[in-house]
Amino acid sequence: MQLIRHNIRRMVPIAVVLWVSVCGIAHTAVLPQDRSDIMFHSYSGDGVSIDGPSILLRKKVGNHVSLSANYYVDTVSGASIDVRATASPYTEERKETTLGGDFLHDKTLLSASYTNSSENDFEANSAFISVSQDFFGDLTNMSLSYAKGWDEVGRRGDESFSEDADRQKYGFGLTQVLTKNMILGFSAEHISDQGYLNNPYRSVRFVDANAPKGFSYATEVYPNTRSSNAISLNANYYLQHRAAVYADVRWYTDTWGIDATNGKLGYIHTVGDDWVIDAFVRYYSQQKADFYQDLFSRREEFNFMARDKEMSTYTNLTAGVSVAYEWQFSAQSLIKKSSVSVEYDYMRFDYDDFRDATALAPVGEEPLFGFSANVLRIYASIWY
Amino acid sequence: MLKTKNGIKLTLPAALLLLAGCASTDEFVFNGIDPWVKPYERSNLADPIMSMNRNPIARAYAKHVFESREGARGADGGAGGGCGCN
Repeated sequence: MQLIRHNIRRMVPIAVVLWVSVCGIAHTAVLPQDRSDIMFHSYSGDGVSIDGPSILLRKKVGNHVSLSANYYVDTVSGASIDVRATASPYTEERKETTLGGDFLHDKTLLSASYTNSSENDFEANSAFISVSQDFFGDLTNMSLSYAKGWDEVGRRGDESFSEDADRQKYGFGLTQVLTKNMILGFSAEHISDQGYLNNPYRSVRFVDANAPKGFSYATEVYPNTRSSNAISLNANYYLQHRAAVYADVRWYTDTWGIDATNGKLGYIHTVGDDWVIDAFVRYYSQQKADFYQDLFSRREEFNFMARDKEMSTYTNLTAGVSVAYEWQFSAQSLIKKSSVSVEYDYMRFDYDDFRDATALAPVGEEPLFGFSANVLRIYASIWY
Repeated sequence: MLKTKNGIKLTLPAALLLLAGCASTDEFVFNGIDPWVKPYERSNLADPIMSMNRNPIARAYAKHVFESREGARGADGGAGGGCGCN
């Protein structure tokens, strides 16, 4: 019944590492602004609902140090296609806490943070450090980062089950001011994992003539190492009527055979001094892992076997729009600025080799799976 | 692991600190280059709408959503800003 949590289980360690990257890396050698945000988030798709709050606090201490804290909660309920096929719906909660600090010296920004993510059968911890530096009259900024994560994997209903996984991430970033209206960015990241990397609740299916539906399920088996490399380019261009266009593209490959590419194009428009409207489209395309199959011919057919749909061949098209209203206050006020934002994303996933095993059809001829999801973020921010 | 000409081995964290130390002085080798976009020409770049991370709490969540449903990971930090004008 916990299979749906693969979404959280598989991504949390990486998300933890990447979250601290987002919070920790500033792309210029200036301290982040003092601000606080409180957000309600909601995801609904494929029979799953995930929602909860997130709170971010950031405050300078003197002229050289900025401290931050983030508290985030996921409340998961429902039943995805994996759960519907092999188990029952469930409800659970994940809590994540991040504490970070930035230290500015001349044109160098040192950042560090620590994140803990906790749920009833999974514990993830991550430490992060980065340094960024301005060059060329502050037209170029370079950053290097390193993060290490430690996971403890459990399994509900099996107290004796306990596995570990370690994760490391090496990052490089370069930002370049090209003109007075354009900025380019380049990022590269290497991530390596070692340990228990699969989901104890996930299953592969294989042909079984003795089973009522013609197939049976068995636990997935993944390699215990994984290394990935990704590079990306992004650009922001300022338009004269206080608007901007932005775009990014990323290429990804890993030792499991997954290759992926995604691109995003967005436009930001302002109305007066108070309204900011942002709209984007994003397309993601992925080729499956070497050991992925929707249907295996027999149990233990190969050393490594996976049927995690996120490791299959598929595409994801996302379109999003956001509206923010800002209030500006005087520089002498305790609060300098505040805003309220609403962001909505529509996501569409279409799988090329993952079939709906709950459908009534001959084995291996079930319809290909696909689903849509709605993502909502509502948050208020203050700057002080 | 990095190795210098003298055979000194550096771990990545040590390399990060070395970079920070080297770059913290005005004697850095690149600082002699005259910037082609002057500081007074960077008002557009300093506008918050030019920042990829102008809403960190929402952006981190969006990354979380994609990471949990896609096989790819990393290098989506989206470098942005760069004019040193907060």
